[in-house]
Amino acid sequence: MGSRASTLLREEEIEEIKKETGFSHSQITRLYSRFTSLDKGENGTLSREDFQRIPELAINPLGDRIINAFFPEGEDQVNFRGFMRTLAHFRPIEDNEKNKDPIASEPLNSRSNKLLFAFRLYDLDRDDKISRDELLQVLRMMVGVNISDEQLGSIADRTIQEADQNGDNSISFNEFIKVGNVYILYIDIDIDI
Amino acid sequence: MQGQKGQVNAMLLLGVYFTLYIQSFSYIPHSTGFSIIFNVLYLKISDYATNSVIYLCCSSLLFPGLIQREGGSMEQEMGELRRYRTQSISRGEFALSDSFYFYRKGLESIVDDQVTQRFSSEELVSWNLLTRTNHNFHYISLRLTVIWGLGVIIRYCVLFPLRITLAIIGISWLVIGTTLVGFLPNRRVKNWLSELVHLMCYRICARGLSATIQYHNKNNKPQKGGICVANHTSPIDIVILANDGCYAMVGQSHSGLMGVIQRSMVRSCPHVWFERSEMRDRHAVTSRLRAHVAAKRNLPILIFPEGTCINNTSVMMFKKGSFEIGGTIYPVAIKYDPRFGDAFWNSAKYNMVSYLLRMMTSWAIVVNVWYLPPMTRQEGEDATKFANRVKSAIAHQGGLLDMAWDGSLKRDKVKEEFKEHQQKMYSSMVVGKKARNSQEPHTESSKS
Repeated sequence: MGSRASTLLREEEIEEIKKETGFSHSQITRLYSRFTSLDKGENGTLSREDFQRIPELAINPLGDRIINAFFPEGEDQVNFRGFMRTLAHFRPIEDNEKNKDPIASEPLNSRSNKLLFAFRLYDLDRDDKISRDELLQVLRMMVGVNISDEQLGSIADRTIQEADQNGDNSISFNEFIKVGNVYILYIDIDIDI
Repeated sequence: MQGQKGQVNAMLLLGVYFTLYIQSFSYIPHSTGFSIIFNVLYLKISDYATNSVIYLCCSSLLFPGLIQREGGSMEQEMGELRRYRTQSISRGEFALSDSFYFYRKGLESIVDDQVTQRFSSEELVSWNLLTRTNHNFHYISLRLTVIWGLGVIIRYCVLFPLRITLAIIGISWLVIGTTLVGFLPNRRVKNWLSELVHLMCYRICARGLSATIQYHNKNNKPQKGGICVANHTSPIDIVILANDGCYAMVGQSHSGLMGVIQRSMVRSCPHVWFERSEMRDRHAVTSRLRAHVAAKRNLPILIFPEGTCINNTSVMMFKKGSFEIGGTIYPVAIKYDPRFGDAFWNSAKYNMVSYLLRMMTSWAIVVNVWYLPPMTRQEGEDATKFANRVKSAIAHQGGLLDMAWDGSLKRDKVKEEFKEHQQKMYSSMVVGKKARNSQEPHTESSKS
């Protein structure tokens, strides 16, 4: 009943997750409670339906994309490690991390990794380019039926025009960063835990 | 313990001599001298014990929410995201960063959302020596475990048998008493007697749960021919409210023990029990309730418009059906004190019997009941608006969060309309300003 939460998560696992993601001990246990409360089937993994059960996520226009980001290629279940790895992208960047040893591998929640995550939410086929179609897809999800195809098409064209620098009519990650770079301070998809 | 044993005896005596001493029971002493003192002492001791546990072991402070959310609206936050655009605004209002707003909201809701937490028990700031409220179990000290062990013994071996006895007495008296009263022909005496019987039984049952109830603003108590509306946390709500007045219950007719109770209750005074098939026909339900309310001498009906049990931290959407009946609405706010026992019925996890067992092995059930001034539907106000008005009043009085989410989200999926609403809002941001721009190009510079 009440004592499931910590007893199922061993100390070694918590340490590993801590190293990998940078979350603190209490954050990990809290998120584990959250994970188990979402896991209605009680089999240690979450499926897409488990996510869909959250009303606020179900009404989010980009809800399906966000849910997909948790599941690795072709899989239908995500375990706690995978859950934490995805959430780790959005941990706020702490001051003491900014001056870390540059030789160490980049933490999951660095600015460029955050942007890469956001880029991948557009770029579904993982070809490192946001094509016009992919952009249109996301746009269509966000506006629903309220804007016509032509208008949406012209918005997409304009956006690509602004961002595209090498003339291939799509947005690469570097171009995405540049367009995103201007307001990089404000796109921290951070979650304060 | 002396007081409670003496109380059981007193109740038995009352039951036996009821028919002979009718007059003297117009004021039923549900609290004899012993039991008042006992209750006060018991609560004071439990209170002290809980506080000393806090002092002893400083358990982990559990935050009420997992995330600190920014409270801005969609427009505000998108505005923040776009504030430092270099391109001019006239070139279309879409930015790649717009999607970040939705991503962030989505991820925040994955980590902690406002709705699903309402369907499980509230987490306490500090432990109250009940295993069931212990979410982050870790062994703290031997002393605490010993105290906890003592608590278990007291609760299961001492309090529980007493409570079960009282509950059984209460329910059997309800069935017998109402059946007996049902045989009487005379109207006035019958009503008076049935109220008496009902009150007595509910008071015995409340003692069976060690419920301590404080009623506020008794002058606003629901009158005959009215509709009483309250927030719903558990089936015990009925016992809590019926301790202070008589209500006509509304609900589905069951079979088995519940059915026996329901049928005998109907014999002494009119309640409204629906068959399962009737419940689906909203029109039939409303007309039956309307007929009941229209007969001004009928007891006020008791309705829980949330439709399901919520965990007593918030009030969720009120179904508008009850507010279309007409008549005066008497709102009531019920707030349980979670330190002594968790009254929330998580019907997905526990069935009725195990729920009642848990109730009877808690420390106590401490409730505050506020009667709010009566409300009626105003001119030009539709049922939904009226329902929301009543809901806010109840939430405000009880110190609960007022939520617009539907309680049926416990079981059902959320409606597509809400997503479409979000999409519409966003579209108007993308398109609306553009339309304005094309109409008034000369005021472009002032648009940032």
